[in-house]
Amino acid sequence: MREGPGFRWFRRGVLTFLTLITVVPLYVVVSSSVKPLADVQGRFSWIPREVTLSPYVDTWTTVPLARYLVNSLIVAAVSASLALLVAVAAAYALSRFTFRGDRAFRLAVLSTQMVPGMLFLVPLFLIFSQVHTWLGIRVIGTHAGLIVTFMTFSLPFAIWMLTGLFAGIPREVEEAALLDGLGRIGVLLRIVLPLARPALAAVGIFAFVIAWGEVLFASVLSDADTRTLAVGLRAYITQSTVLWNELMAASVIASVPVVVGFLMLHRHLMRGLGAGLR
Amino acid sequence: MVTHRSETDAEVRARRQPGQLSDTPNGRDSRRRHWLPYVLILPAVVAELIIHVVPIVLGVWTSMTQLTQLHIRDWTNAPVIWFDNYRHGLDPAGAIGSALGDTVLRTLAFTVLVVALSWIIGMLAAYVLNTRVRGARGFRLLFLVPFAVPTFASVLAWSFMFSRDQGAVNHVLVDQFGLLDERPFWLIGDNAFWAMVVVAVWRLWPFAFLMLLAALQGVPGELDDAAAVDGASRWRTFRSITLPAIRPVNAVVILIMGLWSFNEFSVPYVLFGPRPPESATLLAALIYEHSFVHFGMGLGAAMNVLVLMFLLGVSLLFLRLFVPHGRRHA
Repeated sequence: MREGPGFRWFRRGVLTFLTLITVVPLYVVVSSSVKPLADVQGRFSWIPREVTLSPYVDTWTTVPLARYLVNSLIVAAVSASLALLVAVAAAYALSRFTFRGDRAFRLAVLSTQMVPGMLFLVPLFLIFSQVHTWLGIRVIGTHAGLIVTFMTFSLPFAIWMLTGLFAGIPREVEEAALLDGLGRIGVLLRIVLPLARPALAAVGIFAFVIAWGEVLFASVLSDADTRTLAVGLRAYITQSTVLWNELMAASVIASVPVVVGFLMLHRHLMRGLGAGLR
Repeated sequence: MVTHRSETDAEVRARRQPGQLSDTPNGRDSRRRHWLPYVLILPAVVAELIIHVVPIVLGVWTSMTQLTQLHIRDWTNAPVIWFDNYRHGLDPAGAIGSALGDTVLRTLAFTVLVVALSWIIGMLAAYVLNTRVRGARGFRLLFLVPFAVPTFASVLAWSFMFSRDQGAVNHVLVDQFGLLDERPFWLIGDNAFWAMVVVAVWRLWPFAFLMLLAALQGVPGELDDAAAVDGASRWRTFRSITLPAIRPVNAVVILIMGLWSFNEFSVPYVLFGPRPPESATLLAALIYEHSFVHFGMGLGAAMNVLVLMFLLGVSLLFLRLFVPHGRRHA
């Protein structure tokens, strides 16, 4: 479509506005994280009077950041790997077989996404505490409880996206391999998965990000030892004097890994979305 | 990087004809065909059962019991009181019922505002970036950042910006532009609602942008061009051609964002803690407070069931109205 000068001005205006609303909060966080304490306790200033990296050093002792970080890493990495395993199997079944109940399964998985998390939070809490009473296995306050729970949060999207992507992989290669005597599982492992590697990475990152940022379940199912970043950093601002520069530094540390991963893989995520939407 | 042929809609759909067996052509492992897909979906089914299905059923049972902290250690023996919790929740004259009613209205207002604003901003971004513009890739990456930043981190940042004396928001409004004479408190009182809306929109609009851009890229440009030749304005073309073309995706995006916003918990929780100011108490926070602060888990469960039924009804109605037949399985 022809782009007249009016439209070009409109586009410039929109892009400037959107860039501002995106960049300003990010700038506030990053610039505040390199200010000395005195600078963040008075009136806000756009330009740091002095740039210091000490918040990035001190924040590790002010907040038990290392413990939170390790907890978040364990929980997110393990739940993402599990989600990937489970979703690959289910998505392969959905994209390659027609079986009784496949539509029901697909629908059931998607509809769990609609159920508010609050609805199964209390029952899950009760079940986990009962497991302790009956079997003597502690679940609440352990990594395992968080891992199993977070895994199911990314499953619907992961299955949906991978089903679309697997369906887009031409079948001729697979069928030739099947004729050559490679079993179904062999085909999945040696042909489909290598072809889908970028997509798998994207889904894995997605699941990781979900677990990394989850607040509601983490606030109930973790304790002082297993607290993740999402809950731990929040608890910190309830203190009477907040060291904002250190808290902003902690936020940057907590965000950088997932933001970088997300942006690196966003093209594959986009393609997966496209495939899933069809 | 591995690239593979991406198929068109028609190809994918043609292959998914019902009844088609998509296994080996010679049927060599026709017997295996019966159980293999079930084995493959088994882990997903088990996980969904344990974490979702059983808890939902248990939640419905809990909603009919008087589960309070007296019974929390031994909840299987909580007294069954049938619909008393529902009666309390739905009684507009009672303290609980009227609070629930107010909260539902507040949550609806929040949902409509957040979805509408996120959709408009996301659509603007998707529309201008779907044209030939320099640096489109850079803008696309940049706009995804708010969505990629973990909720807790971006909300902490906003709570700093909204703080009365040290925050950037008051600095701009009061010190720099002089729009207000006094520095308002953003995180307490009625302002808290608006602070929460701003943060929620800032986090959500990139999702609308991402999905709508994917949808717009699927609309053939010839349609627009033909309309332009016929003398239609950009706005006309957008309304009469682009919007109808992306309607199915649009409906799904709005529904998903609506469900997310209606169930929003993290933004107010990180912004205000477990007991938000009244103006910023959404349904999820109210139920959380009843369940984990007052330990009225039976009552909380009843509220949950009511919310679920409401959402189910609204979602089905929405899908029936806005998603054309035949696409509903997507």
